[in-house]
Parts: sequence; C-alpha cells; structure tokens
Amino acid sequence: MDAMMNYTYILVMALSTWAVRTLPFLLMKKPIENRFVKSFLYYVPYVTLAVMTFPAIITVTGSPVTGIAAMITGITLAWTGRSLICVAVSCCGVAIAVELLKLAAGF
Amino acid sequence: MEISTTDNVHIDRTGSPFREGMRDGVPIAMGYFAVAFSLGIYARSGGITAIQGFIASLLVYASAGEYAGFTVMIEKGSMMTMVIACVVINARYALMGFSLGQRVPAGTPLWKRILIGTAVTDELFGITIARSGPVTAAYMYGAFLVAIPSWAAGTAVGILAGSILPQLVVNGLGVALYGMFLAIILPTARKDRNVAAVIIVSFAASGISTILPVISELSSGTRVILLTVLISAAAAVLRPVKEEQ
Repeated sequence: MDAMMNYTYILVMALSTWAVRTLPFLLMKKPIENRFVKSFLYYVPYVTLAVMTFPAIITVTGSPVTGIAAMITGITLAWTGRSLICVAVSCCGVAIAVELLKLAAGF
Repeated sequence: MEISTTDNVHIDRTGSPFREGMRDGVPIAMGYFAVAFSLGIYARSGGITAIQGFIASLLVYASAGEYAGFTVMIEKGSMMTMVIACVVINARYALMGFSLGQRVPAGTPLWKRILIGTAVTDELFGITIARSGPVTAAYMYGAFLVAIPSWAAGTAVGILAGSILPQLVVNGLGVALYGMFLAIILPTARKDRNVAAVIIVSFAASGISTILPVISELSSGTRVILLTVLISAAAAVLRPVKEEQ
C-alpha cells in the first residue's frame, strides 16, 4: 500500500507541476503590448538564470576553490561567445582537474 | 541601447530545428544526469525505489520541485501540501512560460502552445530563449528527448548505485548546468549593457540572499522567483526596452 501511496504522490506532483507549466499558454492568447510587461519579460530569463547560477556554481561541488575555478572558466569562455557544449564541458573539465589536483596535493 | 531578440548563442543552422535541439540537449543531458544522480541519493535515503524515482523524474522533471516533492513523500505529508509545494517551488516555470509565449508565432494552435509549455525546464527554457527567431516545439522537443531520459536515468542510477560513482566525477558534472547558463546569458550581456548590469545585480542579490536571515530560510525555488520578480520589475522600470522589438 506504501507503493500505491507513493505513486499517488507522484501523480499529484506531476499534474500540479504540469499545470504550472501550461497555465501561461492557456491564459495568454496574443503577444503582450504593454511596455512594462514586455520589458519585464525581456529581463526575466537573464535574472532567473543568473540567480540560479550564483552562488550555486560555487557551492555545488562542495569545494569553493573548485567552484570558483569552474565559474572563472565559464565566464571567460561564455563572454568570448563559445558554444553551450564547449562552455559546459570546459567547466566540468576544470572542476574535475582541480579536484584531482587537490587529491594529488593531499587535501 | 540595443535590444534585439537574441542571436547570442552561436548556433550553426545546418540541420532541422529538431536536430539542432538534440545537439543542444547533449550538455543539458550531461548536467541533468549529475544533478539527478544526487537527487536519487536523496530519494534513496527516504526509501523511494528506483522505479518510483524514474517515473517521478520522467513525469515531473523539475529539480527543486522534485526535491520538495520527495520530501513530502518521505514525510507522508498531505496531498494538499504536495500541490502547494509543487506550485510554489515551480512558479518560476509560469514566469518562463509567459516570457516564452511572447515569442511563439501568432496562429500557433493551442495544442502546440501547450506542448511548448509542457517542455519548460530551467535549461530547456534557457536554450530556447537564447535561440534567434520564433520559438518552435520542434527545437524544444529535440532537446527534451535527449535531456529528460537522462534526467530520469540519473535519478534511478542515483537510487540504485548510491555512492558507487566517485564523488569527484559527480561534483565535476554538477557544474555543467551552470556553465551552460553562463553561455546563455553572457553573450547578450556583452551586447546590451542593461542586461550586463542586471546580471551583476542578480549575482550580488542572489549571493546576499543566501546569507540573510529569513530569506535564506526560504526554499531555493521561492528565492529564485522572488529575486526574479523584484529585479526584472526594477529593470523594466529603470531601463524599459525600446518599442520596436
């Protein structure tokens, strides 16, 4: 019965999340003309992604040094216009390299 | 001030939108696997099985949302608690939906709009909004079909394997998502000083909000939406976009 209960939870979780995702598309029939709303929506992605990136990128590895190294790598490459995959893979590479270095240095 | 809708991510337009989506979905899939893996470790600690975790991730695909959802499951909270947790923590998806909806071509049928909304995650929203031109379901679902199975698999593997995969590798993969976020927002920041300023303010505010009393107690999802609304509204008042966009 515990399993049954868990699947009910999962179904409720899925449906309420889906409702949040699709609601704007049900409410909004045509592009918004209001200048404030347009400007607001223009800035939303940048703010959201920036807020989610920092400080999470520093804390996610559990080691600030590794996180800062990954962040500097990401900012440098992204600023010079490298592709998504290039930036993402380089950040991973640097993070793993720094962790290995720390291991080798005996931290 | 130049506000153009985004030709900021370097994308070579060779294949179809669907194939482009699949290609851009690869780094997302990598990052998802790592993040889902750690979500799986959490789920395992609460007695959630690999199959349950897999199905939950396949249907919900929301990191903070699932973390909160699993917590409600583990604590055997009420269904109402589950609904409220999901709506509040995932509210940013609605904001992203409105933003994305602005770029869906007029005359797109409702079912296709709903399909686009269904595919909204932080990362899929990010790459879709960063792409120039109208928003299409084909591009999103190319990326969706690569990224979401990896998210679900990562959750299941995390539950099954626990801590077999070296922590070092999991940590390394964990930064992939954030590297990608930087690749999405910084090219525009370089061209639009207002966006650059907004990003710097966002970094600072986000950093401060994790140490302030009260605010730091909020879930990360709630904090994201609070900061997004406040900073975007302030930017819209102080630096509205030009009319001809």
